[in-house]
Amino acid sequence: MLKNRIIPCLDVKNGRVVKGINFVDLKDAGDPVEQAKIYSDGGADEICFLDITASNENRDTIYDVVGKTSKKCFVPLTFGGGVRSVDDINKLLNCGADKVSINTAAVQNPEVVEESSKKFGSQCIVVAIDAKKKGEKWEIFTHGGRNNTGIDAIEFAKKMEDSGAGELLVTSMDRDGTQVGYDIELMSKISSMVNIPVIASGGVGNLDHLVDGIKLGNASAVLAASIFHYGKHSVKEAKEYLDSKGIPVRI
Amino acid sequence: MNVTIVDYNSGNISSVINSFKEVAKDKVNIEVTSDLNKIKSSDKVVLPGQGSFKSCVDALNDINGLVDTLNDFATSNKKPLLGICVGLQMFADIGYEETETKGLGWISGKVSKIDNKNGKYKLPHIGWNQINIVKDSKIFKDIENNSHMYFVHSYEFIPEDKSLISATTDYSSNIVCCVEKENIFGTQFHPEKSDKIGLKIIDNFINL
Repeated sequence: MLKNRIIPCLDVKNGRVVKGINFVDLKDAGDPVEQAKIYSDGGADEICFLDITASNENRDTIYDVVGKTSKKCFVPLTFGGGVRSVDDINKLLNCGADKVSINTAAVQNPEVVEESSKKFGSQCIVVAIDAKKKGEKWEIFTHGGRNNTGIDAIEFAKKMEDSGAGELLVTSMDRDGTQVGYDIELMSKISSMVNIPVIASGGVGNLDHLVDGIKLGNASAVLAASIFHYGKHSVKEAKEYLDSKGIPVRI
Repeated sequence: MNVTIVDYNSGNISSVINSFKEVAKDKVNIEVTSDLNKIKSSDKVVLPGQGSFKSCVDALNDINGLVDTLNDFATSNKKPLLGICVGLQMFADIGYEETETKGLGWISGKVSKIDNKNGKYKLPHIGWNQINIVKDSKIFKDIENNSHMYFVHSYEFIPEDKSLISATTDYSSNIVCCVEKENIFGTQFHPEKSDKIGLKIIDNFINL
């Protein structure tokens, strides 16, 4: 039976983890490679890096991070943030990323999704959808949530599936950082609309939220950042909790 | 000993390289090449594969003499070869992804799309699933039945001779996830991304 995945996410800026795990035995709390190794040793089903480096000059630091991590962690690595072109994707895959998540570029230039999924296979193309509720609908935001495009998120999700995306990473901008739980309605609407896996993101504050994302939101995988930070919960605890609620997980 | 990972522009193989190097340490030399002479002289070959069946077969054919060299290696000289994901699928006679495409024909059978039961099962089949070992295989040494492996695929290999199947996984039906035919081994899952248990499979192959 296919298991639901738990994906811890690390925010990286200029090659350093911004919000990380604060373990006592950690030599360098800002080292993304060391943090990723803790997650993979703890049973993370996948690890996601989100590069929030603002300037292009420091962009190369992330390639180094991806390269070093892929030599230490033997679970799938997803990379997102600032991916604009087929060349960017190629470079990341060559460094050792297994999947690349595309956000702004997928909205501005959907051909990137089509072209890259043809070239590298759908399995490595994740489209990240950042959506905010507006009335009865959800609208897509780009540029890390700063720009409202007015595009309907549900329709866009379907379009991305047709363009060759292998997975959708759906983040509720209303919930992101609030720790009040995923936007279940958004997750379940998108999940029922597409036949590709949906990864729920944005708003996790406790382990029950992970359960809801899967049971109510029908997500195939749940992504979370802050609950794993500062040692609030370990990935292992999260998995044991999901297991106790009858959700199939890899233990 | 030399183990060669065939680099034929089949998509992203850096994870395969990293995992084999991690397992091999300094004991075994890992080559990554499409050089025919190097492939011929190596002790074992790994055939990775990402993207579609057609794109991988096309990429193999684009390198002059590569298919013949692999045929000699695996079927005439009977040296150990491991196919991963589409690398395994290409053992088949024929694949139906994108368009009908001829495979290597090492194990009779076809590669067709997984039946998603009218949308009940999402495709690709992405994530960790358990393997059901149906026949002992040399690459399963110290691998427990029902171990979790990482999968990413939408197509499945259906061999004619069911006795060549060494493991299946349950997703919509019993999908073939490991085959063994004499010196030829294949995994539909990605051992290079399946954590310690996946690295053990790689170790078993290297130590055949």
